[in-house]
Amino acid sequence: MEELDTEPPVTVVPGADPARTQLCFEWGPAEMLLCETLFGPRGGERPRGPSCVFVVRRDQDIYMETLRKLFNESHGIFVGLQRCEEERAVRARNAQLIQVSKNYRSVIRACMEDMHQAAISARDSALHSQYSIQVSILSAMELIWNLCEILFVEAAPAGPLLLRLLDWVQLHICDVDNMVREVLSSENPSKHKLFWNVVGNTQTLTEMELKWQHWHEECQRYLQDGTFASSSHMESICKILLGDENAILEKKELMTTWYHFLVTRLLYSHPTVKPMELRFYAQSSMDMFLGEESSPEPLDTILMAAFEFELHQVIKECSVALSNWWFVAHLTDLLDHCKLLQSHNLYFGSNMREFLLLEYASGLFSHHSLWQLGVDYFDHCPEYGRVYLELHIERIPLNTEQKALKVLRICEQRQMHEQVRSICKIMAMKALRNNRLGSALSWSIRAKDAAFATLISDRFLKDYCERGRFSDLDLIDNLGPSMLLSDRLTFLGKYREFHRLYGEKRFSEAARLLLMLMTAHIAPCSFWMTLLTDALPLLEQKEVRMLHRGMHADLTAHPLHKRLQTFQSHLEVFSNCNDSKTI
Amino acid sequence: MRAGTPDWPCLPARTAALAAAPSAVPRRSPSPRSQSGGAWQRREPCGAMEEVCARFVSQKISKARWRPLPVAALQPPDVFATGSWDNEDNRISIWSVGDVGSAGLNGEYQGEPQLLCDIRHNGDVMDMQFLDQERIVVASSTGSVTVFRHHQNSQTLSASHRWENAHCHADQYTACGGAACTGVICNNPEIVTVGEDGRINLFRADQKDAVRTIDNADSSTLHAVTFLRTTEVLTVNSIGQLKVWDFRQQRNEPAQIFSLTGERVPLHCVDRHPNQQHIVATGGQDGMLSIWDIRQGTMPVSLLNAHEAEMWEVHFHPSNPDHLFTCSEDGSLWHWDTSTDVSEKPSFLHQGGRSTAYFSHSTINQSVVSAWLSNDPTKDRMEITNLIPNQTLSVNTLDVLGPCLVYGTDAEAIYVNRQLFA
Repeated sequence: MEELDTEPPVTVVPGADPARTQLCFEWGPAEMLLCETLFGPRGGERPRGPSCVFVVRRDQDIYMETLRKLFNESHGIFVGLQRCEEERAVRARNAQLIQVSKNYRSVIRACMEDMHQAAISARDSALHSQYSIQVSILSAMELIWNLCEILFVEAAPAGPLLLRLLDWVQLHICDVDNMVREVLSSENPSKHKLFWNVVGNTQTLTEMELKWQHWHEECQRYLQDGTFASSSHMESICKILLGDENAILEKKELMTTWYHFLVTRLLYSHPTVKPMELRFYAQSSMDMFLGEESSPEPLDTILMAAFEFELHQVIKECSVALSNWWFVAHLTDLLDHCKLLQSHNLYFGSNMREFLLLEYASGLFSHHSLWQLGVDYFDHCPEYGRVYLELHIERIPLNTEQKALKVLRICEQRQMHEQVRSICKIMAMKALRNNRLGSALSWSIRAKDAAFATLISDRFLKDYCERGRFSDLDLIDNLGPSMLLSDRLTFLGKYREFHRLYGEKRFSEAARLLLMLMTAHIAPCSFWMTLLTDALPLLEQKEVRMLHRGMHADLTAHPLHKRLQTFQSHLEVFSNCNDSKTI
Repeated sequence: MRAGTPDWPCLPARTAALAAAPSAVPRRSPSPRSQSGGAWQRREPCGAMEEVCARFVSQKISKARWRPLPVAALQPPDVFATGSWDNEDNRISIWSVGDVGSAGLNGEYQGEPQLLCDIRHNGDVMDMQFLDQERIVVASSTGSVTVFRHHQNSQTLSASHRWENAHCHADQYTACGGAACTGVICNNPEIVTVGEDGRINLFRADQKDAVRTIDNADSSTLHAVTFLRTTEVLTVNSIGQLKVWDFRQQRNEPAQIFSLTGERVPLHCVDRHPNQQHIVATGGQDGMLSIWDIRQGTMPVSLLNAHEAEMWEVHFHPSNPDHLFTCSEDGSLWHWDTSTDVSEKPSFLHQGGRSTAYFSHSTINQSVVSAWLSNDPTKDRMEITNLIPNQTLSVNTLDVLGPCLVYGTDAEAIYVNRQLFA
């Protein structure tokens, strides 16, 4: 087990007082249940009063309405990334992944904007501060993601690297002093233009470096010749252009952060910096900028880890600093697609990408509405995704039939037969309890649950015996092929058909059907008396007597023949008594 | 995290539209249909010619309906209502879609739906229909039916009337357990509702009690209802039956019963042809589209193998009934087009001119025998397009009016296409 780096944070549960009663707790899928027990703090009885149960949720963020857009939009991007076919050519693949990364960032920015609007329009000061904090967190997330995109996804080489870093800083640092920029740009415009042109075109790195060296030496000459000696301003500008760190540091208040300082420094001293050299400059920039007074904040450590190309460290620090798994799960997945994560397994089996996705998706499942997004995340976790899904999906409350249908469809599409059966049984039982026999049957058919269909048919037959007629004829008359789901159901359908034929006075057909029902062994024992009673009036019918011989022959083969013989003799007595023709 | 004081410079144009390019046309055939290309697409900014504007709304959308246009209106619809589901706090919301050419006040993205007002709703929104320009009838999963009024001056919504226990189970042990009301249809001032309790209610908008109630009309769940004629309604249930109910008759029995052949697959939605009232379309749990002729037989005229999962809604286009739209749990929305000569569509349609594009009944509509009723509607005459390039979660609802299409998904997004026939 890894050592903890920091002290675990303390969470105060308002209302829970261990001085009053002893507390017990139990972990749930994404939350913790805390209860007051019967015992006082020292083991005796606790003071009277109702017991409280507390639900402690770790992830508050999923309940923020503005963040829901982030989860939904990023879900679409995530699924698209998993599904899109891998391009063969490395360059095309790279472009594809960069586009995905840009889309994620655009989603973060859109969410930031919405959150900003919400913060402005919030009248409550607590709400305003909550939104503002979220805005800054999202801004930090985008900052980190952007840097990771430049260093890892795009893997910008020396040359373009600085350009990207410049864009990165400009995009995120808003305190750019226009005046300084103007002065800097107007001072040596021709040289500046040349510099940018050079960087922009297809010259090789060495050619560019040579040209830059030239320019640098020219600047140095001007400084040494004292061309700018008359104006201290011009001199300091020249020093800055030469990449003199002290000169740049003098303007510290214009740069809000050490990474702004870093990029400025690199621009003027090492514009052709290589990716692997970044770490040295980054470390020294941070030391120079922060000086003795301040220590690095979590954001600084994360960015430093990125500059040092320590991917795992970046992910780890982000996991600790952020309250929600969203960021690390998606970023890690993207980096995994870039084939940058080593496949070393964590000590509990799955790899880092899968672990983070499972955590994130489990968090989604604890939300009453976002659980649907979680399904797709589990789908793309090859080792444990299915098991997690099976466990989580059983816990979704099925308030309406429509929700049950959606959950059912998810299970069916993944061949989760146990869950299908279980859900259909729950819904069928509910329907049965509410006396909705048609609904109950419809659920049994969906699950192909013969046992339940038998149960429902028995219910119908019981109703018939009690009331003397069938309920829900629209159902029984229209069973169609689903009749074959269970023997009892078939019997029910056929028995009803018998009644219909009898009602239409098609006695010979009715008799034939009745005979078939008797011989086919599908009638429940309790129903035999009813069947035989039904046979009675038929035996009096003219056409039936014609069939009698045939019937008799068939029946002799049946084990119940003896019973029937008794029955027959009774009938003979009856008919003789009534002076009707002999049977 | 360090708190910054951000002042956002020009953000990259927020991409919110999907290019609604007609992808691989899945031709109906007995063999499984081909899916449109699942290639992941870049999002493109609004303003492209064939544009669909999307908006993520932080609630799963169960129903979306265009506000009906006044009779002589020439402009396309611009206001629609949505209902959410599966939230602790469900809402009915009214949205407005501005003119395509104008920009919003805060530099909002062109054409994106703007929220006008919303109101809390108790229970999932199971079905919704505009009663008139100002009132909406909403069916809830708690079994109640509510009439909301949209006050256009103050842009607010208020509940104007509620029938609390329109649908409930007569439980064996308790007095009454709530049963979801699954379908509602209006023909001002009459409102017909159906529910999981198998009951049919006929309400009048201004009356407190139900005008007529048919208890236990069905032993299974009634999923949807629509008007066949002014006094007759059609219902579909979860054992694959289509029933005609005549309110003029006093007995509580259906006037006619139609059944699916083969497996009694539950039917989820129903719609009647706007002009030829004997043509009815239903959608099933297996994604099958069935076309029925009410005048004859008890079985569907044609069965079209469509979606891969439940078909939630089916709609004939009200003014262009050769066009049918279906949406499904599998995340797709299909546009079925049986207009005879697709290539010879009048040229004004291609220009995207709004005024006359969709009123030309004579040229678009079929003459005598509807294409829907022919034995194999797909033979040379039907073009089927999946309007969603990257499907993920279920499309729960859709509505068409004029050249405008609105649909809502379980991915908490609303999509509006205002140039449907362009």
